[in-house]
Amino acid sequence: MITLTDFLLVSAALFCIGLYMIVSKRNAIQILIGIELMLNAAILNLVAFGKYDSLHNSGQVFALFAIVLAAATTAVALAIILNVYRRYKTIDPGEINRLKD
Amino acid sequence: MTLARILFYLMSFIVIGSAVFVASTKNLVRSVFIFFITLFALAGLYVLALADFVAITQIVIYVGGILVLILFAFMLSSRENLNVLEQQNNRFISIGKFPALLLAGLFFIVLLNMFLKLDADNLGWVKQAVATNTVITPNALVTDNIGINLMTKYLLPFEAISILLMIALVGAAHLSRKEELE
Repeated sequence: MITLTDFLLVSAALFCIGLYMIVSKRNAIQILIGIELMLNAAILNLVAFGKYDSLHNSGQVFALFAIVLAAATTAVALAIILNVYRRYKTIDPGEINRLKD
Repeated sequence: MTLARILFYLMSFIVIGSAVFVASTKNLVRSVFIFFITLFALAGLYVLALADFVAITQIVIYVGGILVLILFAFMLSSRENLNVLEQQNNRFISIGKFPALLLAGLFFIVLLNMFLKLDADNLGWVKQAVATNTVITPNALVTDNIGINLMTKYLLPFEAISILLMIALVGAAHLSRKEELE
């Protein structure tokens, strides 16, 4: 029997690895991967708790919504990254320090 | 020690190990490919939590869609850019990354403390679900139920998310268009 605490611990570890990537990486795409890791930790929690609701499946349904939202986020974020690369010739967030004008 | 528990430990080991590798590796393209493995192992964890439909969706959308998009963006940024990025000091533990490591470690300790104190298996509503027998069992028809719920109880969020997805796609197409010369 896999307990809920096991799932919570795995997702906590995943969340902290994502947090580390977001703070330390100097490449916008790797920061995006860090965000995906954090989102996946949240989805894992939703799915693990969703096991205890067989009538409405709320956890699993909202996990599906979160996955779709992550797809939309990634599409927009990658479009922004490509735009930034075209304008600055770099995707290091530390060096992007000018506005358009 | 049942088979499910052994599989759970195996999957979670793969998830955390490959995530650490993604965070620590020098080679950027390799880190994206190792991220594939993280997502596949996470899908395995979803199966162990009796959410097979979510697991399939994870594989189809994350592995099939998002990672290919990320690889695309990778290949579209130029090579000298990647070389510059690889030259930087990229060891997992270095003095420049110490604050990030400290932040992540402290956050992990806080979460660990909270989860161990929470004792999630004895929460009120979880116990109630076990008592009223509304826990998902391995031979339940979960996917049918998800479909029915999606079209009845969760119809409003479903429609809202479809509109949001369309807005995001239009926005992405607008952002990535060629800039016209003035």
